Amino acid sequence: MSLKDRTAIAGLGYTPQGRVPGRSAMSLYLEASKNAIFDAGLTIPDVDGILIQPCPTDPRISAFGLAQELGLYLRFGGDHQVQGASAGAIVQHAAMAVDTGLCSCCLCAFADTSLSGSPSTGIVYQLASGANAAYGNFGVAAGYAMIARRYMHEYGITSRQFGEVAVTFRRHARLNPIAQMRDPMTIEDHQSSRWVVEPLHLLDCCPVHDGGRALIVTSAERARDLRHPPVYVMGMGQGHPFSDPLRRLALTVTGAARSGKTAFSMAGISPEAVDVCAIYDAFSFIVPLQLEDLGFCGKGEGGAFVEVGRIGLDGELPTNTSGGLLSEVYLQGWVGTHEATRQLRGDCGERQVPGAEIALLTSSGGVLSEHATVILRR
Amino acid sequence: MSREYSKPLPGIDDVNRPYWEAARRHELVLQRCRECARYRYPPGTTCPACGSDDLEWTKVSGRGTVFTWTVFHKVYHPGFAGEVPYPVVAVELEEGPRVPSNLVDCPLESIRVGMPVEAVFDDVTEEITLPKFRPA
Repeated sequence: MSLKDRTAIAGLGYTPQGRVPGRSAMSLYLEASKNAIFDAGLTIPDVDGILIQPCPTDPRISAFGLAQELGLYLRFGGDHQVQGASAGAIVQHAAMAVDTGLCSCCLCAFADTSLSGSPSTGIVYQLASGANAAYGNFGVAAGYAMIARRYMHEYGITSRQFGEVAVTFRRHARLNPIAQMRDPMTIEDHQSSRWVVEPLHLLDCCPVHDGGRALIVTSAERARDLRHPPVYVMGMGQGHPFSDPLRRLALTVTGAARSGKTAFSMAGISPEAVDVCAIYDAFSFIVPLQLEDLGFCGKGEGGAFVEVGRIGLDGELPTNTSGGLLSEVYLQGWVGTHEATRQLRGDCGERQVPGAEIALLTSSGGVLSEHATVILRR
Repeated sequence: MSREYSKPLPGIDDVNRPYWEAARRHELVLQRCRECARYRYPPGTTCPACGSDDLEWTKVSGRGTVFTWTVFHKVYHPGFAGEVPYPVVAVELEEGPRVPSNLVDCPLESIRVGMPVEAVFDDVTEEITLPKFRPA
């Protein structure tokens, strides 16, 4: 039996985000969780399931530790580690748990103190070991740079086209009061920003931040009685290529090819039906790469697609309307879950996509190693 | 070899030891599956192509092509302070697997995807030799 439209995202929780010193990760999980519960119009004891994405800076935190602090005796829960793909994957597992009756209201949460915490995960993301360290091959960005180079080689996409993505999302962020990066940005700013790892400029890469996010997944039926119009989970899918990009058959095909196919098939729609997207954008170039794999354009056409304004607010496929990871905040896949849901609630103020009815979001982990796609509708 | 070597060294364990012992002899070796004849890298205990545990260390040609490459501009480890900007390449070996390494004897502006390369051996300490690559 298909899960199409059987569950809904009923509540969203935020915390202060960006540079938030002096806060424990647990306090951010708690604040986001309570805000999501209250946003849904639920009370804390209504929650009977919890899935968390583990905290990058505090691995001691577990779903059950969070439940304990909320005074909850759970029927379902656990820590769900799919790296950056966790947000989308967790929504899917929550939907399955709710639909099968394992729980009725599943709290899904994440928090990070990568900017102000100790040790800063800025360092975690730069770790290398073994042969990679011996050759000076440090950091997550380097793996992405290897893929970006291959993308340029195979399809002729250019650094300026990468820049179009960053500039578009910065324009969106300027309409989002909680976005962290709101200074104007031009293609020239992008092109003249320093190399992080060639061929990636600084403005191709998202920063790290502090903050928490949570959401509530419940049944479609129950969601209709709650505070906000339900945002239904219409389709979902996952695709997980090998962890090490060098061991993949192709570097330029992401998990989105598989996760998108499954999600579109469940939703019973094609890409033309999507009104707004939230595409995981830890690095600029992975946006056109995923748009290709999802079928919004042909393989190799992503560069041209992002260059002519299609992904801007006035374009045919407004994408990352909050500013995304590149310009709103780095809270991994939770940036997309929240913005997509808010677009369908009609709650996005100046950056609202008029009449948005169907949203697609992706979450991606590792070095494009794990991937989840979720399609939502109002 | 008496110079001070300050870069990180690869960790040697029971699984990868034959790879590094061969490098010290200036040979490049890979595990080859006795069941399906495919090669694998990095070293492991099982063939990801067929599931067999029957792997045999085999000398390979050391020839390949640059599959993709990056240039590091930031010093992440003090041992690389005098090296930036330096290239890290992924070499696709003739036998199939791709290995991360450094390219030597090649200016940055000459690096291209697909360029033919061959293994050279850099004896960085008494115990460790790093396989690297140069244009072939």
